Amino acid sequence: MSATPAAGSTTAHVLLGLLAAGPRHGYELKRAHDERLPRAKPLAYGQVYATLGRLQRDGLVTAVGQDQAGGPERTSYALTPAGRAQLDSWLERIETPAPYVTSTLLAKVAVALLVADADKARTYLVAQRRAHVERLRELTAVKTAPGADLGAVIAADFAIVHLDADLRWLQTTLERVANTHGEVRS
Amino acid sequence: MILQARGLVRSYGATPALRGVTLGLAEGEILAVTGPSGCGKSTLIHCLAGILRPDAGEVLYLGQRVDTLSEAARSKLRRGAFGVLFQFGQLVAELTAAENVALPLMLAGTGRREARTAALSWLERLGVAELADQRPGEVSGGQQQRVALARALVTEPRVLFADEPTGALDTLAGEQVLGHLVRLAREQGTTVVLVTHEPRIAGYADRELTLRDGVIDATGMGLTDKAVGA
Ligand SMILES: Nc1ncnc2c1ncn2[C@@H]1O[C@H](COP(=O)(O)OP(=O)(O)OP(=O)(O)O)[C@@H](O)[C@H]1O
Ligand SMILES: [Mg+2]
Repeated sequence: MSATPAAGSTTAHVLLGLLAAGPRHGYELKRAHDERLPRAKPLAYGQVYATLGRLQRDGLVTAVGQDQAGGPERTSYALTPAGRAQLDSWLERIETPAPYVTSTLLAKVAVALLVADADKARTYLVAQRRAHVERLRELTAVKTAPGADLGAVIAADFAIVHLDADLRWLQTTLERVANTHGEVRS
Repeated sequence: MILQARGLVRSYGATPALRGVTLGLAEGEILAVTGPSGCGKSTLIHCLAGILRPDAGEVLYLGQRVDTLSEAARSKLRRGAFGVLFQFGQLVAELTAAENVALPLMLAGTGRREARTAALSWLERLGVAELADQRPGEVSGGQQQRVALARALVTEPRVLFADEPTGALDTLAGEQVLGHLVRLAREQGTTVVLVTHEPRIAGYADRELTLRDGVIDATGMGLTDKAVGA
């Protein structure tokens, strides 16, 4: 048994989130994943099945029903209560405000809208924004401290502009979530 | 509490801009006021600075009403205890940088020579001493804002009101203006109200207050009932 818990990755949680709506086959999960979280490189089928395998091993999903031909692509998976608990705890956990967390933020908000409701997504967004603002303030203090050296300043700048971008996105998303209140479940 | 607002309401004709805003500023505090376009940030800062009179509610500076003062008394306040810095266009085009900075002091009765000496020292502190004899049209936007900041600070105000002070500047020029603003405010113990719609700029403040549709948004970003459509 591998030591890596399946639930360590964003992809694993997105799959758990997609299963919250009901059991699905691996190929359906891949399609739904790519639709929800479009990115340069679509998720490979291999990665879907490998992740599902680890989730199953950890008791977070269970195989329900297999078509006659068998094989993973014919297996339908369902979320277990443990899987649901794992998903909820991921949705509530604030991401460390650091450069490049945006894609995880996106995954989390997309999944929150999918499985929970606008209120839950909003609570998360507000809490995440608070963490970002706090970090932004700390970094601004670092760079405006008397005698800050150039290296420290440019490193702080790098993090600040990325956090600033995240914050703009969080703000916009919150407004969109507000505007579509009640219509966000798919 | 150096500055307080209670239940501020202000409309422009039928358009409500502030619908009951209550806040307080501690001495030396730097407060960022953020929120989407049209939420009432400029109206709020103008009411606080005594430029606009609220329709209802009160503004208190050191416990004294500001909103009920005469126009002349409010102008006097803005030449002394209050400093203001806007997005652009506050410098007198016909005057040099040094003359612009000296102006508030001269209006308050300081002699020309003394006012010029003070102006030069503030231009120096803002790193634009070499522009003393240039007119606003002859220097860059970022340099103009530093001159405008020198002019806002030359009277050593207790409260500085800045409405999108870097809104017209590129990132680096904006940071330089803001870096100076925050450093000097901390040195002088100046209380600052900083209006901005940029998270990066709000990061310079000690505290952030978000307005939405003319009211303070208690969630920090979140939503009034109206916005949620509940
Ligand atoms: N002089 C005016 N006449 C009529 N309506 C006005 C006037 N000034 C502002 N308003 C209205 O009052 C509301 C608040 O405007 P205000 O300028 O305070 O917003 P703001 O938050 O500063 O916006 P921005 O970020 O775009 O500067 C808006 O609906 C605006 O259209
Ligand atoms: Mg404005």
